[in-house]
Amino acid sequence: MDAPAQSAEDLAGKGRLELKKVSKAYGDEWEQQLVIDELDVEIRPGDLTVIVGPSGCGKSTLVNLIAGYEFPDTGEILLDGNTVSGPGRDRMVVFQETALMPWQTTYQNIVFGPKLRGELTGRALQQEADRLLAKVGLSEFKHKYPLQLSGGMQRRAELARALINNPRIMIMDEPFRGLDAMSRGLMQEFFLRLFEENRRTNLFVTSEIDEAIFLADRIIVLSNRPAKVRKVIEVNLPRPRDYKMLNSTEAYNIKREAMAILHEEAMKSFKPSGASVKMATPVVGGH
Amino acid sequence: MTDIAQPSTHAAAPVTPRRRSALQKLVQNQSLWRGILAIIVFLILWEIGARWDEWFGREWMIPGVGLIPPPTDVAAAWVEVLPKPGYWESWYSSFKRVLSGFLMAMLLGIPFGLMLAVNKYFRDVFLPPFEILRPIPPLAWVPASLIFWPTNEMSIAFITFLGAFFTIVINVLGGARNIDVRYLRAAQSMGASQWDLFSKIILPGTLPSIFTGAAVGMGITWEVVLAAEMISGGGTQGGGGLGFFIWNSYMGGSLEQIVVGMISVGIAGYLCSTAIRMIGDWYMPWKRLH
Repeated sequence: MDAPAQSAEDLAGKGRLELKKVSKAYGDEWEQQLVIDELDVEIRPGDLTVIVGPSGCGKSTLVNLIAGYEFPDTGEILLDGNTVSGPGRDRMVVFQETALMPWQTTYQNIVFGPKLRGELTGRALQQEADRLLAKVGLSEFKHKYPLQLSGGMQRRAELARALINNPRIMIMDEPFRGLDAMSRGLMQEFFLRLFEENRRTNLFVTSEIDEAIFLADRIIVLSNRPAKVRKVIEVNLPRPRDYKMLNSTEAYNIKREAMAILHEEAMKSFKPSGASVKMATPVVGGH
Repeated sequence: MTDIAQPSTHAAAPVTPRRRSALQKLVQNQSLWRGILAIIVFLILWEIGARWDEWFGREWMIPGVGLIPPPTDVAAAWVEVLPKPGYWESWYSSFKRVLSGFLMAMLLGIPFGLMLAVNKYFRDVFLPPFEILRPIPPLAWVPASLIFWPTNEMSIAFITFLGAFFTIVINVLGGARNIDVRYLRAAQSMGASQWDLFSKIILPGTLPSIFTGAAVGMGITWEVVLAAEMISGGGTQGGGGLGFFIWNSYMGGSLEQIVVGMISVGIAGYLCSTAIRMIGDWYMPWKRLH
């Protein structure tokens, strides 16, 4: 089989992502709001690393920094030893909801990247696109527009659009948010099988702890804003994963541990501003 | 490479609609028939309202409606003017003014709006004067442009242009500025240059707003042309137009012809907006689904 040009790069062992003392603040010099505070993270190649954190903790900012849409104020982001200095096809982002271009068909969306760069042309491009369309189960929907697809199909088309660029690392920014529970479960399973097939380095951001445990090799729990690493949890559930594993003792223990941290961090948002005292003991039961 | 199993559910099988001939579609189009029925009922009610005093005496005249000529009389007047070249010349000159003003507005308005959207310096310089001129109603420009432009025709063209220009620019600007940043970012990740971003994301992303602006602008253009034709007394050197046709009928005291002129304008505007809608559907196939 004649490998398409961009598949020539062997990705085994690629995708090591390092964040070194990365900080990011928004606002002008009078009123700075620190969103990420000296964050140190290492993503191991071939791993599915899941980042969880309370909503508004700076997860999306983190994604923007890694993707190169924004730049850290201090610190450095390295991919396989090279400093990240802008957007690039070695880091593909799958966005929240869907970011397929509505004016392009599924096929046009998928071939957008290679066509733009002129890497693949003619039959080779068509073949590669058809292969990916088959893989995500959208062959019949090749010439449909995104608005004609269901939520789950849109997410799968978006996966194909990212995969055709053969990135070193996939960045999934709460990709299944907005799907109903059924579609979400199916998408998680589908995504897992896709990952387990070739173990492309993957950074998956979510706020759902069950999703995190089901997917992850490693879970990084972030603190409330400004984001810092609160805890790194290794998930040693066997692969291929199965939904029943979520009922195992190990999964239960991870969930309990992570939930406790997340709850504690989320509660910080409710602290009255300016108060330096620690949170008063909760009045409501259940803590 | 091991192929993974396809996700089975939530991939609804594509529905293949039963093929129908164009004639069947036309006959079975309920909306169309309802629309035709509504117009017929409207015409009948109008006829009855207008003839009420003829049938029951003047004391029973329905206020307002009683003075309007009945549709049958209007139709008769219409048949009378149809063979006259003057009537068609009115159509021609109004259409010419509308289209030239409208096309000029599109030609200048779309690039201007896009420039405002993508370039901050351009926006900083040109948006403030634009925003001061925009609220001035096109008709307020009439006296100034009659003085400023050498011929009536040119002042009408200018005012028509203004009417559509501001609307188109505002729509293009708003549309281009509202493009989902994720489209731009996704394209950037895939290696898009600045020109790629403009031609492959911003331009298609702004198309819906361009067509909205065009549809609204076209409506304003007709309003402005009609008013300008009446004010400038078209006939002398501007050459008639439907606005002048109506005004002339008023001066001549022909109520039926006034209504003929009005309905002609209605039909003309309808033709124009239908054309824009069809072009829009053609250029934006993704917009006509669901």
